[in-house]
This record gives sequence, structure tokens and C-alpha cells, in this order.
Amino acid sequence: MSTPQWHSLSQFIAMDGYGLYIWGAYGMTLLCMVIEPLMALHRRRQAWQSAQEMAATEQEEA
Amino acid sequence: MWTLILRDWRLAARRRVEALLPLVFFIVAASLFPLGVGPEPQTLRTIAPGVVWVCALLASLLSLGSLYGPDFTDGSLEQMLLSGRSLPGLALAKAFAHWTVNGLPLVLASPVLGLLFDLPGEPLLTLVASLLLGTPVLSLLGGVGAALTLGLRSGGMLIVLLVLPLAVPVLIFGAGSVVAVSSGLSPEGHLSLLGALLLLTLLGAPWATAAALKIALD
Amino acid sequence: MSNLSWTTFAAPSKFEWLASALMPWLWALCLIMSAAGLYQGFIVAPTDFQQGQSYRIIFIHVPAAWMSMVLYMAMALWAAVGWAFKVRLASMLARAIAPTGAMFTFIALWTGAFWGKPTWGAWWVWDARLTSELILLFLYLGYMALTEAIDDPRRSDAAGALIALVGAINVPIIYFSVRWWNTLHQGASISMTAAPKMASTMLTAMLLMTVAFWAYAFAVVFTRTRAIVLERERETQWVQALVNGRNGRNARNGHKE
Repeated sequence: MSTPQWHSLSQFIAMDGYGLYIWGAYGMTLLCMVIEPLMALHRRRQAWQSAQEMAATEQEEA
Repeated sequence: MWTLILRDWRLAARRRVEALLPLVFFIVAASLFPLGVGPEPQTLRTIAPGVVWVCALLASLLSLGSLYGPDFTDGSLEQMLLSGRSLPGLALAKAFAHWTVNGLPLVLASPVLGLLFDLPGEPLLTLVASLLLGTPVLSLLGGVGAALTLGLRSGGMLIVLLVLPLAVPVLIFGAGSVVAVSSGLSPEGHLSLLGALLLLTLLGAPWATAAALKIALD
Repeated sequence: MSNLSWTTFAAPSKFEWLASALMPWLWALCLIMSAAGLYQGFIVAPTDFQQGQSYRIIFIHVPAAWMSMVLYMAMALWAAVGWAFKVRLASMLARAIAPTGAMFTFIALWTGAFWGKPTWGAWWVWDARLTSELILLFLYLGYMALTEAIDDPRRSDAAGALIALVGAINVPIIYFSVRWWNTLHQGASISMTAAPKMASTMLTAMLLMTVAFWAYAFAVVFTRTRAIVLERERETQWVQALVNGRNGRNARNGHKE
């Protein structure tokens, strides 16, 4: 097994001074890939509820 | 087809001010750049091809609302569809009429702008040639966008958003031809690519416009 | 009865079942692959000789760019299928793909900028690939704007299919013209494609992340498609049964304000 590259967490975060860029890139990516599924899920829940309301009103009309 | 073209010409003649607006926009918009960038002649000569071409692009796109809009609202477009005439032919005729009213004046006015930007003779001629080849492509592409957005509220801006990405190659080769001449190279490559684009668009755009009209009017 | 189309070979109800069954597996695959890819990219892959640590951004930049292009083609394909064969589900799938594709395009641009700044000193470089990504973003936005602007679903789907196809046909032309433009105007060969010579460890990391992004895309697009299906098909019997069956209580109690 080769010697590990990272000797401490702070070294890992610093990334030889490139930390801002690397984490800025990865951070935005993570943010988007968390927000997007949540938005899609929200849309689905709203559609579900709207369909339910339709069922409820039809129940009353019946 | 000629009846359509003549009809559009007659309509444009009646609304002369409206028909001239894109041309005025073209000149005004291009003239703003020196005010923003500074009067240094060398800078102006460098940015001239790009500026003139972008302004021509925007002027063409902004006038697209009148391509199918009025005919749509007064019902004559539907009548044309029902009359059984060839839809791609209709699209071609409309695009040609649009180009003569909106695109050709830009071509004719471009030497004036070239002078404002102190473009020397050969690049100036190349600019005119590139616009002559390119503006019909813009009218044809614009026809597709106009047909797709028929009757929509946000139509005008939407057309621009739809057509601009498609117009990027025309812009690149059009402005690029002038830049090539200014650097002492031959504009042949760019102009022949422009010509190829024109041919491709002539073949494809009327058909796509016809499909878009059917989608919008069914 | 009038809402059911007897020409569909892909019934929305069957899709709903399939998608809900696949969902946990897709997310599991995404998470596992991401973990593996990030481990490979940060722990195993060595420091690059020329670019130092900043090159590690390619592990998300390149997969995102690939996804943005592939998803556009998929979107155009499904939209075309939906239009040509009148398969409603295909059109719904195309509509669901667009936002995810646009998201990946944005990520490609953002990560490209964050890679470009330490490497070449500018937040934005007009190299051929980044510029093409920017235009691709405009194509996505145009599709989304057009389909959102049209209320009638049939017209909206058909118009979207046409613009997506026109866009797809133009993508090679646009890319070629941008490459031409780029080589013409730039003396220095600043290029995102001049990536560091790929050690196999780096390539592995990139491929793992690509699989992760694929699984993510499937999961999110399917979720959104399920939402669109519910929105459009809510008056059909199967949807009513679906939402009723789960919450029969609510319907009976006359859930009303």
C-alpha cells in the first residue's frame, strides 16, 4: 500500500491552497444535486395532493 | 408564392414606419458602441465586424413578431393553411418577403456603419457580402421561431431566445470573414461556409416552419 | 375514458409502477458510485505534476459536461418519439429531462470556471468546449421557456419536440463553428480539452463519477416524470385509484376546508 497523500484533515481541506476552488466547485455541485431532487419530489407531492383533492371533490359530487 | 410576397410588400409599404424600425435600431444600436468603448479608431476597426453583425442579428430577430403575427390575429394565416397550398412554399415566401423588407436594408446600410467605424475598403466590402449571405439565413431561422411562438404572450423575447443559439454559426462566420480580411487572409473560407449554411437553411427551415405552423394552428 | 390513449405502448400507469420500484436502487447506485468515485479521486489519485490539486475538479466537470450533452440528445429523442408516434409518456419524459440537463450544463460551466481560475487566471475562458456548453445552456433554456409558455399540452409537447430536434441538428454545426472561431482568434492554446495526461487512477475516478451522475439523472428524471404523469393524468381511473387506495380514509372523510 502506497503512503497516504493526506496527513491531516486540515491539509485535505486546504488542498495545497486550491481549497477555495475545489470546494467551491464541489460544493455548488453538491448543492445543486441536493436541491434538484428535492424540488422534483416537491413537485410530485403537490401533484399527488392535487389528484387527491380531485378525488375528494368527485366523491362529494357522487 | 409571388402573390404572397407582393402582399407582404404591400402591407409593409402601408406600415412604413414599422417596417423601418429594425433598420433604425440597427444604426442606433451600432452607434452606441463607440460611445461606450471610446473613439479610438483602431479599437473601433477591431470591434466593427462583431458589433455590426450582432446588431444586424438583433435587428433581424426583433422584427420577427410581424412575420406571422398579424396574419395569425386576423385569421388570414388559417385561411392560407386551409387553402391547401404548400406550407413550405408559404414559409419560403414569407421568409423572402421578410428578408427584403428587414434584412436587405441592413445590408444596404452596413457600408454607412462601416464608415462610422473607419473600416477600410476591403473589409467593408466583405462585411456587406457576409451580411448579404447571412441575413437570409436569419430570416429563415427566424421563421421557425416565429411559427413556433405564434399567439404566445411572451412571443417576442421567446423568439430571440430560441433563435439566437441557432444563429451563432452565422455570426461566427459572418463576422469572422471580415476579421480574416482585416488580418490579410482570404475571406473565402468563411464566405463559402456562410453560403453552405444558407443552402442548408434553405433546404431545412421552410420544412421546419411548415411543421411549426401546423403545430400552432391545429 | 376519453383521456386514455389506446395507441400508447408505454402506459403511464406501468411507468409509475416501474419507476417507483427502481427508485431506491437508483439512489443506492448513485450514492455508492459517488463514494467510490470521490474516494478514488481524492485518496487514490495522485497530485498532478502540472496543475497540482486543482485538476481534481475534472472528476465532476467532465462527467457533468458529458451528461449535459447526452441528456440533450435523450430529450430530443424522446420528444421526437412522443411527437412522431403520439406516445404521451415519451413527451412527458422529454419534459422531465430538460431541467436536469440544464442543471448539469450549469455545473459544467461553474466547475469549468472554478478550474479555469487557478489554472489560467481567469474565471471564464472562451475555449471551444466551455463556449459550446454555454450555448447548450441557452438551447435548454429555450426549450424550457417555449414548453412552459404554451398551455395546451399537445401543442407544447409538439413545439418542444420541434425545437429540440432543430437544436440537436444544429449542435454539431454550432460546435464546429465555435471550434473554428476559437482557433482563429486565439494564439495561445488555452483549452479545457488539454486535460492532464490521465493516469489510470484519474480515469477510473472520472468513470465512477459518470456512472454516479447517470444513476442520479435517472432517479431525478423519473421522479419528475412521475410528477408530470400525475399532473396530466390525474383525472384517469388508475391515478384516482392510486391516490385513493393509499389514503382511502381522507377521501371518505371528505377532506375539505
